[in-house]
Parts: sequence; C-alpha cells; structure tokens
Amino acid sequence: MKAIVDHQKCTACGVCVDVCPFEAITLQETILEISDECTLCGMCVDTCEFGALSMPEVGSGPDVDLSAHRGIWVFAEWREGTVHKVSHELVSAGRKLADKKGTDLSAVLLGHNLDPDLFQELIAHGADVVYAVDHPELAHFRDETYSQALAELARRKKPEILLAGATSMGRSFVPRVAALLRTGLTADCTELDMSDEGLLLQTRPAFGGNVMATIVCPHRRPQMATVRPKVMKTEKVPGHEGRVETVDLPESTFQSRVEVLEVLLETDQTAKLTEADVIVSGGRGLRKGENFTLIEEVAKLFKGAVGASRGAVEEGWMPPSHQVGQTGRTVAPNLYVAVGLAGAIQHVVGMQGSKIIVAVNKDPQAPIFDIATYGVVADLFEFVPALVKKIKQEQGLA
Amino acid sequence: MHIVVCIKQVPDTKNVRIDPDTHTLVRQGVESIVNPFDLFAVEAALKLKDVNEAKITVITMGPPQASEALRDVMSRGVDEAILLSDRAFAGSDTWATSTTLAAAVRKMGDVDLILCGKQAIDGDTAQVGPEMATLLDIPYATFVKAIDIPDTSHLKVSRQTDEGTEVWKIPKPCLLTVIKEVGEPRLPSLRHKMRAKKAQIPSWGIAELGLEPEEVGLSGSFTQVVRVFSPPVRDDRVIIEGTVAEQAEQLYNLLKEAKVPGI
Repeated sequence: MKAIVDHQKCTACGVCVDVCPFEAITLQETILEISDECTLCGMCVDTCEFGALSMPEVGSGPDVDLSAHRGIWVFAEWREGTVHKVSHELVSAGRKLADKKGTDLSAVLLGHNLDPDLFQELIAHGADVVYAVDHPELAHFRDETYSQALAELARRKKPEILLAGATSMGRSFVPRVAALLRTGLTADCTELDMSDEGLLLQTRPAFGGNVMATIVCPHRRPQMATVRPKVMKTEKVPGHEGRVETVDLPESTFQSRVEVLEVLLETDQTAKLTEADVIVSGGRGLRKGENFTLIEEVAKLFKGAVGASRGAVEEGWMPPSHQVGQTGRTVAPNLYVAVGLAGAIQHVVGMQGSKIIVAVNKDPQAPIFDIATYGVVADLFEFVPALVKKIKQEQGLA
Repeated sequence: MHIVVCIKQVPDTKNVRIDPDTHTLVRQGVESIVNPFDLFAVEAALKLKDVNEAKITVITMGPPQASEALRDVMSRGVDEAILLSDRAFAGSDTWATSTTLAAAVRKMGDVDLILCGKQAIDGDTAQVGPEMATLLDIPYATFVKAIDIPDTSHLKVSRQTDEGTEVWKIPKPCLLTVIKEVGEPRLPSLRHKMRAKKAQIPSWGIAELGLEPEEVGLSGSFTQVVRVFSPPVRDDRVIIEGTVAEQAEQLYNLLKEAKVPGI
C-alpha cells in the first residue's frame, strides 16, 4: 500500500518529491510515481497544495455498531487521596467537546476509600456523571487491575470517547485498556477537537516535536487518547450539577499477576520534573558539579525542579533522573530556565513544549536562543547571582 | 532463559527539521539509527546474560534495510536476529505493529522475557510494549530502571513513575519497557562485529507469521493520520540586553508579568 496520486489534480510541480523522507516519490517527466519505499507517513499529503495526494484508509475491521457508543469519558487519576491536576484539565476540555457534540461527560475514578469530596470536585469542573469503583485491590496502581476495571466499565457503558492524562500511570495502563477493547489509541496529545463528522481529532507532536500529526480512529470505539498534562486549562463550571454512580465489578476484574513490593515516593521536590511548574536546568557551561548549587538555588526560589542536560549527567554532576531530553524526561512546565546549556536538539526535543523558555548562555550563537522566549546573553556566573539577588529582594528575603 | 528484544530503526530525530521558509521536512542528512531507548533494552538483556544462562534474540519490523539495525545490536553481543518484513506491514499503527510483533513471539514459542525501549523517538507513543503484552496475555511493567532475578519464576523490577519508584514482583514470561537507568549501552566488539556481518538474518512476512493481510499494516490499524504539519513557529522571542543587574531586573519583570508561579 502506498500514497494515492490523483493524476487529474497533480501538476507535476515536484514539491512532494523533496518532502518525502524516504525518497519514494519520483517525477517521470510529467507523471508522478510513488515507489514501494512509501511507508504511508503522510508527509507529502499536507504539502500538496492541489490536493492531489491522499492516504489509503485504515481497514474497517469487523462491524462495530458505532451508534451504540455515546458520551465522553475522562479517566480521573487518583493518587494518595487526591485527583491529579491533569484529570481536572481533561474534565474541563472534555466539557467543551461534549457541548460541541451535544453529549454527556463522565469521569471515572478508580481507587480505594475514595473521598466523596473528589466526586464533587469533578462535577464542579463539568462532569455530568462520576463513575466510582472502590476496591482494596485498587489501592496501589497496577496495570492489570486498573486496565481491567476501566475496560470492563467501558464494555458496560459504551462511551464513544475515552481520555486520560499522559502521565506515567496513563501512558502505562491505557494502552492495555485500548488493547482489551480492541480500539485505537493516540498517545500524548496536545490538542483535541471534533470534526464535522463527529470524529475526535487528536493532534500530537511527532519526530521529537518537529512535526505535528492529527490522528483519527474512524471505525472503532471508544476513540481513545492520552493527553499531555498542563496543555488544557482547568475551568470550573459554576453551578454545574452531576450525579455519582458507584459501580461494583466482578472480583476477577481485580486479579493481577503482579505484586507491588514497595512504593517509594520521591521526597526530593527538585527531582519531580514532570509535575513541576518551573524547571531550572544546567548544562556543561556550569564547569563542575558543585556549581549546580547555583541552579538549585534558583529552582528553590521558584519552588521548582532541577533539570540537567545529557552532558551534565554524563559528567556525573547530576543523577540521570534529572536529565531532560530525548533519552531523559520530556517536560512542559510553565517556565523552563536553561542555564549554561547550548541547546543540542536532543535536549530541545525534551523541553520545547514549555510555555516560557528562558536561556542564559554567554554564546549568542547557542542554538538554545532559537527557541527561547527570553534570551539572556551573559556569563551565567555573573547573571545567576544577580537574578537570585533580585528575586530575594522582591520576595523580601534579602 | 530466552530473552527477546524488540527494536526499531528510526530516523535520527536530531536531523529531522522543518525548513522555516518552505515549511517542508528537510531530509538532508537524516540517518537511520537504532532507537536509543531500544539500545537500553539491548543492554538490559546483555546484563542479564552476563550473570545468567540466556539466549538473546532481537526482532524488528521494518523494510529490508532495517536489518542494518539488527546487525548493529548483534555486534554488541545479541545472539540471533529476525527481521519482520512485508509490504503488507506498511502504514502500521501501534496496534498493527503489536499484532505483528506478538505473532513473531508466538512463533518462537519459548520466550521468557521480552524487553522493549520505553518508546521510539520518532513516534514517542510508548504503546507497542503494553499492547503487545496484552495480545500475548502476559504481565508487563513500564519505565523499568533495574531488573533483579529473585527466583527462577519471577523478576523483581524497579520502575520510575512521576511520583517516585515502585518495586514490583512479576512472574515470567513477562514484558518490560526500560529507561536509561538500566545502563549505558555497551559498544560493539570486534568479535561480535565479525559475527554480525556474516550472520544470516531470517526474514518473516505474513505467510511465516500466519497473519492475514487485513490484520496488519494500514488495513489492520485502528488509527489513521489525517494531517501532518509544522508546529507553529514561536515568534515571541526577546533578547534581554544590558548589564547583568539590568538583565536580571528585566527578566524578573517579564516573568512577573507572565504570572510565572513562584514569583
């Protein structure tokens, strides 16, 4: 299978020939040809301004009664008695989608000894129904118990859309839910919308954030997506009312082959990279490990986390759990301060989704300035203490 | 112990860029590499083999040239490699990919442990491991940073979560997706390089895997890409000038204006 050319529309302009990453498109005089090298990546389709290129469609598989599925669901992530912020973000985003589609919004809470206040909080953010499954086996997260419970609930109630946060929990067990339900799943979306036909348009970065792709799941239900935290805004719906439904599921749902031996919560706040609103990162420009105290001081003032470039981790200045980038963590805080790091692409792909990026580097040519909201060309050993002084003054600490 | 490592050949993301003028993908200098996370999976397998009796088989789904990726990891000490290649696999989403890889594991039969990288750097989905484990009906653990063998039938794994670390006991056969902390990939050795170069790598298509064309590739996929486009360009960039004290003051004011938490 390969991309389809409409020769009536094709003007043989050749733009797609250069775009194809696999060199699968050639122009034979005035006839465009696509070879077997085509991987159906879709890159050419969007570049053709004449609409001459298209992708073959996914198979429809066995018949699924799409109309039997109704309503939008948000998996509400329960942790230590609270609901993860991303779940409120998704309930808020789900409310808008539900209104656009004219359907109901439900939140699903799995856990043990669930606090009724949490249900009301989900309703206040726009949920019409909160489904709660309370069971001792759900006290600790395990992929098997969580996915079996959510899949069983979905089989019974048949939602048309199911959203979850792209957290370490969501990205771990939601693929199993999708596989149990034999449906499609799109990971780590940053944008959701409804098409005119009522399909969920799931947009996400790919190739390390260098391209964006919009994905649909046309023939299976529910349409499932995990959504990156901090992308959607939380918004309460004043006076919104909803109901709570406690659901009992068969005991077999809660069986798991996995035994949780230990749960060690990270006590070092500066290591909680994915949750942090602010991350201050250092690179090789710090010259030695001890100088990370400068980074830690700034991070502390912002109540933020400490990140590090691959170089700084390789030097042994920071443990790998602090590494931001391609082989480390992908983060998208409100503020990312990059100090003394050049901005190698493998670092940039791990943080370019941040809302505000501040770069501090003495080399004005450093690539980090290409993506920085605010660039400070300065010697970090002079600038960082000046910034610390200014913040302390304002906070009344100095 | 038979360990299967799943790898993917990916374009080196650091060279994939959108031309800011033409808004097209610049392919010049884009090389194919072994997905970096999969090299951690290879390393985890080799570490287990260092201290246990084990055979390591590496598999990949891809075009014929993906055998280069297989030879790369063989040169690091992996015993055997199998290429899963068929025109029918084109356009696979994570579901169709998982279906194909799971069929290969079933055909091998005697598998105790499947190792995958956390995710591939081109798609970043992190879905193939868990979906494959579900299809094979075996337990799995994601984001694994350390693996121990407490007894003959179980593994003890530490997994990195957003909140900290979890230690799980998981029975074999199982699937693990691993992160950097399992260990830096070892370099190819001359001996293994020679062996990798000469190795006959079998290629399995749908016939060998016992799959139907409609189960794989785009036909067997549930999701479809409808649009690929360049991310919006950030045009709000400001370079802050002045002495360091002035720069610090300006930055502070800008961050305060933007209502950055903590200020």
